[in-house]
Formats: sequence, C-alpha cells, structure tokens
Amino acid sequence: MDIRIWTFLIVGLSFVLYIGIAIYCRAGSTKEFYVAGGGVHPVVNGMATAADWMSAASFISMAGLISFMGYDGAVYLMGWTGGYVLLALCLAPYLRKFGKFTVPDFIGDRYYSQTARTVAVICAIFVSFTYVAGQMRGVGVVFSRFLEVDITTGVFLGMAIVFFYAVLGGMKGITYTQVAQYCVLMMAYLVPAIFISIMITGHVIPQFGFGATLADGSGVHLLDKLDGLSAELGFAAYTSGTKSTIDVLFITAALMVGTAGLPHVIVRFFTVPKVKDARKSAGWALIFIAVLYTTAPAVAGFARLNMINTINGADSQGTEYSEAPTWVTNWEKTGLIGWEDKNEDGRMFYSGDERNEMHIDRDIMVLANPEIADLPAWVIALVAAGGVAAALSTSAGLLLVISTSISHDLLKRNLMPNISDKMELRYARSAAAVAVCIAGYLGINPPGFVAQVVAFAFGLAASSFFPAIILGIFYKRMNKYGAITGMVSGLLFTATYIVYFKFINPAASVPENWWFGVSPEGIGTLGMIVNFAVAAVVCHLTPPPPQDVQDMVESIRYPQGAGEAQVH
Amino acid sequence: MAFHSKELAKAYWRENVKLLLSLLFIWALVSFGFGIILVDVLNQIQFFGFKLGFWFAQQGSIYTFVVLIFVYVYKMNRLDEKYDVQED
Repeated sequence: MDIRIWTFLIVGLSFVLYIGIAIYCRAGSTKEFYVAGGGVHPVVNGMATAADWMSAASFISMAGLISFMGYDGAVYLMGWTGGYVLLALCLAPYLRKFGKFTVPDFIGDRYYSQTARTVAVICAIFVSFTYVAGQMRGVGVVFSRFLEVDITTGVFLGMAIVFFYAVLGGMKGITYTQVAQYCVLMMAYLVPAIFISIMITGHVIPQFGFGATLADGSGVHLLDKLDGLSAELGFAAYTSGTKSTIDVLFITAALMVGTAGLPHVIVRFFTVPKVKDARKSAGWALIFIAVLYTTAPAVAGFARLNMINTINGADSQGTEYSEAPTWVTNWEKTGLIGWEDKNEDGRMFYSGDERNEMHIDRDIMVLANPEIADLPAWVIALVAAGGVAAALSTSAGLLLVISTSISHDLLKRNLMPNISDKMELRYARSAAAVAVCIAGYLGINPPGFVAQVVAFAFGLAASSFFPAIILGIFYKRMNKYGAITGMVSGLLFTATYIVYFKFINPAASVPENWWFGVSPEGIGTLGMIVNFAVAAVVCHLTPPPPQDVQDMVESIRYPQGAGEAQVH
Repeated sequence: MAFHSKELAKAYWRENVKLLLSLLFIWALVSFGFGIILVDVLNQIQFFGFKLGFWFAQQGSIYTFVVLIFVYVYKMNRLDEKYDVQED
C-alpha cells in the first residue's frame, strides 16, 4: 500500500473514533457543556489537558525550531512545561475551590466589578482567537501534504470535525475526544522518534540516545558531532546557542507565566471533582506533556544530523541533486524546502555561511523526519494523523473558551442575567458554531502575522491574568482598583512594546534597541512586573475590598467543602 | 469557618506558603539557575554524554518539574489532614 492510502486509512479511522466519542458524550446541561459536569477523573483530565496544551505548534514546529536553535530551544522546553508547576502550586487548587466555570468569573467575583470581568473576557477571547487561527492553519498544512488536497479543503474538513464534536459535546465531548487524540498524537510522535534513535545511536529510548555515542562505530557522542558539524558549516555551536542570557531568561519566564495564565489551560482544573484532584491532575498533565517535551529535543538532534548528512553527503561535499532522496522533491512541491544551485555544481549544500544553497522550513523537521529516515509508509501516515489530532484537540479547547466567554461571561453574567439554563446552552452552542467559522476563515486566509501574535498571546496572558489571579488568592488586601489598573497597565505596556517592534517598526527589532536586551517574546515578564507594581501601589491608596470578598478569599485557601462546580 | 480556630487557619496558611516557596525555589534553581544563568559553568561537567548545563536546560528541568508537583500533592494532602480541612 502506498503512503496516500495508508494516510486516508489512519486519519479516517481516527476521525471515526472522535465522532463516535462525541456522540456518546453529548452535553445535556450548561454544566456538562462548560466543565464536563465537574466529574472527570484526574488522570483522564491530565491526559485531556495535555492534548489540549500540545498544539500543532508543539507537534509540528517545536522539534524543528529546536533543531535550528540548538541550546536556545530550551526556552520553549522549560517555558511550556515550567508553567505547570505554577499552575499546580499557585492556581489550580484555589480556583477549583472557588468553583465557578471560567477565569473571568473569578476575576469578576474576586474584584466585585463588571469592569474587571469585561477586561478579562476581552483578553480571553483575544488570546484564544490568536491561538486558534494557527491551529486551523496547521490542519490545512498537514492535509495538503499528506492527502494531497488543497489547504482550503483541508481546513474545511478540520472545521467540520471540530464543529461536530465541540458544538455537540461541549467540554464533556471534548475531554473524552482529547484522551483519544492524546493517544494518537503520542504514538505518532514516539514511533518515529524511537525508530530514528535506534538507527542513529542504537538506543531504544530517545532521551538516552540523545546523549549517547553514534552507532556508526566512530565512538563520537551525538551532541559533540553536532557541535563539530556546526563549527564546520558556520553555525553557532549546537549546545550553546546565540541568544543573550538575559533574553533567554525573560523569554522562558514569559512563557512559563503565560502558560499559567492561559484561560483554556486554567479552565481544565474546574472539571475535576475535588481540590485534591485539581492538584494531582496538574501533575498528570505535566507527565503526559513531558513525554513529548523530553523527546522533542532528541528528535531535534537526530533530525539535524540526518538532514545535514543527507544534503551535504557523508563526505560533506554536497549530494548530487539528481540523486536527491524523494523527500526532497516531495517537500519542494509544498514550498517548504528549496534549492538554488549558486555555484552551479549540481550538488546541494547546506550551511550557515555563503556556501548555503538550501532553504529549509523548520516545520518539515517533524513532518518529513520519517521520510528522511526512510521509515515505512504507515509511520508517515501515523505522523499525519498525529499532526491533525494535535491541531484539532487544541482548537476544540480554545473554541470552547471562546463560546463560554460569550454565552456565560458576557450574556449570562453581564447582559442578560435572567436567561434559563437551556437558553444559555443554546447560546453556548451558537457561539461555538460562529467561532468555528471565524477560525476556519482565519485558517484559509491567515493574516500574515499569525506567527508574530503567538508572542502576543503569551505576553498578554502573562501581563494581565497571571498577576490578577495570584494577587486575588495570595493577597487579601488587593482591591478592584489595584487589580484593574494593574491589568490595564501590564497589558498596555506589553502590547505597546510588541506592536512597536513587530508591526510598526520591525526593522528596529535588534538587541541594541531592546529595553535591557529583552526581545518582544520575553517582554511579558516585564509587563507582569509592571502589573504587580502598579497593583500594589494603587491598592494602598484606595479602600480595602468589602468583608464578604475577604471571607471568600479565606474560604478558597483550604480544600474542605469544595463540592461540585457551582451553578450560580 | 472550617478550621477549629482562627490561629489554626493562620498556621495552615503559613505552612502552605512555606511549602510553596521552598518548592518554587527548586523550580527556579533548576530552570533559571542551572539551565540558564549557570549553564556555562555546568557545561564543564560531563553527564552521561551531555554537558550538564545543556542537559538541565533541555531535559533535567522538566523531570524536576514533574517531581515537584507530586511532592506538593503528597505534602498538601498531609497538611490538609493535619489541620482537618481535607475533603470528605
């Protein structure tokens, strides 16, 4: 069987599975729609959270990014996992005890203010749409390469599936579908990683192979070999990177704090039955995430070595283009790889200096990896299914946050408080449907800035939600004036910096012009500090919060009496 | 109030915050400390074929994070029982 038939078969089967689960788990009430009834087992919830978290970017792009960045790639590895420690220790148990449905719920109630709630709703919707546009694009890319349909058809197909199970099943449908998607995407990631690890180093476990010696009998460690090749080809050493220490520090912190402030992640901890489960669930989520995140840097190393050896040849003289392996020509069609014969010797050559003749998109490092390593057709098809699963699971989680923000935070809690549960559910479904369509539109006509706005999403979450929630739990004296001015100033500071360097004057975005040498990707950390500082000052100049709010803060600090997530 | 007295509530919270801070210290030490600030120093040390600083940045910190959360879960459950504020 050829790759295409395998791909149709495996991707098709995975779709049947997702739809089956969705029909079995449809939501009957707003509580089931928003928080899956609040009765999800912590391990199941951890797995669903992991699938929700690992997006098309984690699955498709991350290993590729690390492959090109070397040591600097650690900002993503530590940034996107370290946030879970903050979540588990500082947020999840308290928010679960608080026991409502959404982040704006908490902000609105804790700061006894509709203004605060509205600011939170707007941030939540903006962050989620930013994210979801990228996911739909990911679905499109996978479909167009592996099923050989055009990107638009691919996005439509993805939309239809997400529409079906998100609108029908709500959080309940999504949670159980995500468990299946986690299994698919993990298999798709690990199978090729293990194959390649065995081929290159002889180790079954990629995490060990990463530090081991090469299996070619040379006795050289993989990482030393990569450092050597990097020096030879004019790249920075693989294990040292090029970013300044302060920038690496700030980017890592911004991603960690941003992770802990992302609404679609936080809402996950409202779905478990107890406070105890919320703590445990964050731990399980991180285990499931860590499996991929510790494999990714190994894949990055293997893929880089493989790619350089294939293109430059074992003797580093370049491979004849006419003898190029099929993956080069396959991926050339998608525009993700390109060759320009500058010195007209008919050979391909890849390097970090003027000898370079290749244009290689980082995304193909994972997608083409099985082809580069010459793995069987079914493995390649599995990777396609994994990419689609990663993109679908994340978009579904995000769409749910958007629809909840609209039906619950905006309508029920703000504009029309008297609607019945049934009506609210209907609004939630309609909002999800509209959100799917907008996301699909953004996937087909991606605004040129999708890649840039990811920094935005994390910076925004780090500089707005995170300080407001932390202060709300750990500082009883914090009042609405402090929280609102803090959120707004953190947000404005971060947004101005990013907009200036990314959109208004991208040419000026060089380390010499950055404040303290911090790039726009890391500025959320500074925005967070601004938020904390402003909030602390303003809160001391204004009256303390009312007694009932202080009592509420007392009561979320210990687990007893959490019960189920409250319907208001 | 679920605590038997106000003092107990305060003591519980103090212990909780102390645990948080000590775990967050380790969290910051392995990531920001070993993985970033001290990376060049630790890279002098070889660790199963890795340079140690590089290993912390791309592998070790993640393993530590997982352990930290489960230590927290275990210790908090004990603390809840000590002050009799665990869930039914």
